[in-house]
Amino acid sequence: MTEKNTNDKNEAGADDERVVGTPTDTTEVVSEKTSAHSESEHDGPYLASETHHRPEEQQRRGEKLAALWFIIALLGGIGFLVSYFLFPPNAAGEPSIADPQIGQFSNMLLGGTLTLAMFGIGAGMTVWARNVMPHYEVASPYDELPSSEEEKSSFSEFFMKSADESGFTKRPLMRRTLIAAMLPLGLAPVVLLRDTGPLPGDQLKETRWVDGMRMYVEGTHRYLRAEDLENDPYGMISALPALDDEGYPHGISLVDQAKSVILLIKVPEEDWKPGMDEPVREGSDETHMNWTHQGIVAYSKICTHVGCPAALYERTTHRILCPCHQSTFDATDAAKVVFGPAHRALPQLPIGVDDEGYLVARGDFNEPTGPTFWEYRG
Amino acid sequence: MSKTTQAPKALRGVGNYIDDRFHLAKTGEKNLRKVFPNHWSFMLGEIALYSFIILLLSGVFLTLWFKPSMMEVVYDGSYERLQGVPMSEAFASTLHINFDVRGGLLMRQIHHWAALIFVASLVVHMLRVFFTGAFRKPREINWLIGIAIFTLAMVEGLFGYSLPDDLPSGMGVRILQGVMLALPLVGSYISMFLFGGEFPGEDIITRLYMLHILLIPALLLALIVAHFMILWHQKHTQYPGQQRTDKTVVGTPMFPAFAVKAGGFFFFTFAVTAGLSAFVQINPIHLFGPFTPTSITSGLQPDWYMGFMEGSLRIFPNTLDFTIPIGDGYPIVTAVLVPGLVIPGLIFGALALWPFIEQWITGDKRARNVADRPRNAPTRTALGVAGITFYGVLWLAGSNDVLSETFSIDLYLTTYIFRVLAIAGPIVGYIITKRICLGLQRRDRETLEHGYESGIIQQLPSGEFIEVHKESSAESTHVLKEKPALTSTALEEPETDDKGVENPDARKGMGKLRRSLAHWYTKDDVSFEGVEPFRGHHTQDEGH
Repeated sequence: MTEKNTNDKNEAGADDERVVGTPTDTTEVVSEKTSAHSESEHDGPYLASETHHRPEEQQRRGEKLAALWFIIALLGGIGFLVSYFLFPPNAAGEPSIADPQIGQFSNMLLGGTLTLAMFGIGAGMTVWARNVMPHYEVASPYDELPSSEEEKSSFSEFFMKSADESGFTKRPLMRRTLIAAMLPLGLAPVVLLRDTGPLPGDQLKETRWVDGMRMYVEGTHRYLRAEDLENDPYGMISALPALDDEGYPHGISLVDQAKSVILLIKVPEEDWKPGMDEPVREGSDETHMNWTHQGIVAYSKICTHVGCPAALYERTTHRILCPCHQSTFDATDAAKVVFGPAHRALPQLPIGVDDEGYLVARGDFNEPTGPTFWEYRG
Repeated sequence: MSKTTQAPKALRGVGNYIDDRFHLAKTGEKNLRKVFPNHWSFMLGEIALYSFIILLLSGVFLTLWFKPSMMEVVYDGSYERLQGVPMSEAFASTLHINFDVRGGLLMRQIHHWAALIFVASLVVHMLRVFFTGAFRKPREINWLIGIAIFTLAMVEGLFGYSLPDDLPSGMGVRILQGVMLALPLVGSYISMFLFGGEFPGEDIITRLYMLHILLIPALLLALIVAHFMILWHQKHTQYPGQQRTDKTVVGTPMFPAFAVKAGGFFFFTFAVTAGLSAFVQINPIHLFGPFTPTSITSGLQPDWYMGFMEGSLRIFPNTLDFTIPIGDGYPIVTAVLVPGLVIPGLIFGALALWPFIEQWITGDKRARNVADRPRNAPTRTALGVAGITFYGVLWLAGSNDVLSETFSIDLYLTTYIFRVLAIAGPIVGYIITKRICLGLQRRDRETLEHGYESGIIQQLPSGEFIEVHKESSAESTHVLKEKPALTSTALEEPETDDKGVENPDARKGMGKLRRSLAHWYTKDDVSFEGVEPFRGHHTQDEGH
């Protein structure tokens, strides 16, 4: 906003040359027919031709209506305060908002009265602006944006003279060392972020499954046996390694849950597809079939797309579906992707039974579990 | 009415006190006299501003109780159904806000609804600016600031939505991490640094909390203030009309009228948000339960503004994925990278670049304060609709499972349909919109030339029936007559000079491209040149 700005003069227009209260040019009065006031009485802040007064009758009605809205708002506001104290929290007695039903009532009452208070004020102000206040159509110039050539060249001359005089342009040694001095400081914030987390290393590629580890049914501490699936030839069970780490309510950290959760699926003999006879990874002697136990196969439950649990299982087709983005895997065909965006099959866990007949892992997954990442094959 | 009220003594005292220190009388009057053009579409940005204020107020309230901690605790609070369930402190403290803090549930719902309204009003406001060409010189920088606000608002919303650590929100974070992991070379590093280790780790909520309540709101606030100051300085654009030119703005002055209108509108915005929060449940985390990385439910939907990302993740096929055959092989997961980075990059990049592309095509370097009627820039309008269609198809695709269930369509079929629509929809949208714009232009021309159709049928002495056309109002005639002709400086330079030598600029790559773009941009425009406005004198003989 420059000194040259002429808004303040022009917005008032010809008013500047006019003594307040005297008539303006007659040409400006043309649109004033609807006004309740004759031109000679106009005493507003803007030009008479730009100010369209509402008829006195409308203003009177407007005032009453606005006042009515404000009273409604006042009642709404009082209602809000009252309903706050109507529903105490749990410790303070009945009816308590800890009960979801009563909490819902409290919410409706608080919100409803707040709405009324806000709406009343808004409506009252709108009635005020539309019925009591004049309607304005004030003209005002847009600022001329580019500065004049003189101003620009004066500025540029001033700036360069000053820069020269300061020595910044003429003393390259000082200038360059100053710039050089800034560089390491610019890197500092990035370097300081280094300790936000460990380097990936092999963490993403390893899980807690080891040879002989039993499995819990997810959410319980009950060991799984092969018979648990036996009774239900099309069944599916979600399981976790049987860990009991101290310090976690589930006995297993969320990180370990996210990596090692598996789906156990029982597949009838005749449904297996040829893909099961392929090696579990390139150059391996083991096939996918070798890693099953009595028709039970174990796959990672975490989708290889972006990591949602692929938790939906269609029994009749043996398809595993991720509900997030609908990647679909065929459980009878080494969990290959049959539809959707996932990059690769679900990793498989080798399973067997121990001496006591409990299902156990016979090692770690054939591939890293979870979303596919750059170095997952390495 | 005729006598001006004396300013009350107390007010004069305060005024003088301030003016003695800041010399504000002149600036103050000038700014209170600032003019705001009257049109409902200028209130869209206001809604965004007001919902941002509501977000700040309700957000501060929520921070009083929310604990941004991933420490696992066994819930022992007032909500009986989850007692004994292990959960993070973040989730437990959100339950506390719901069931132990009076008005807590209301504030949570206000905060969430206001966020949805904030982003929605940003989008609609941005569409208004786009379709009326209000981004043109001198407002390009404010347009860019607007896009930065929009982008930050989306990220801010995503992070805020993640904080309660309920089942769907945790899954949102998981998807975010999955997209990060897919980044070539650096993916696992970025993920490890952001999460402080593997997913979900124990730091992410605390970090998102800092970003959500401190860093991003501060940036948003700074950008919104900048947006507002630039707007204040440059003034609004205005729709065409009598007296409304690139030099003069006509509208309601700040004081007294606009201040009261805008104040009232703030209360309306707040009332709508509060009303929704009172009666329409949103994000009932107590029904969802706490996040565990091993559970999920079907029919999950993100907040609406993330829907287009979700949709593109769902429909983009894995057939373009490939592995770089070096060493063990490195995957390029296009099915994650394209939806996660390329598509939002395309949408935001195109939005950011468009003002400069259009200026390059048309060579229009003048300051434009009168807004375009969308029909008068048919190519821009058609492109805008193509963009909306693309975004809208992706957004719908984000709920393809819900659509599949609701309308009993095969789930995979919806995916195929959306794949086709995502490509065909924008093309069809472009063509149809352009035709509609040109049709409207022709009708404008006809109205200007022959007056408007009055709906009155007359029988001529010869027995012929005609419809009487009447003269449009002076305002309408002015608006129609002042339709700016679509031109480009690229087309004004002749292709060959008078000696038949080709114009070197037009022959070379960029010059040639610019000429053909300019041709594409302007070719269909309906010329109003030489059209004489109808004056009501040839009703009888020319009526048709």
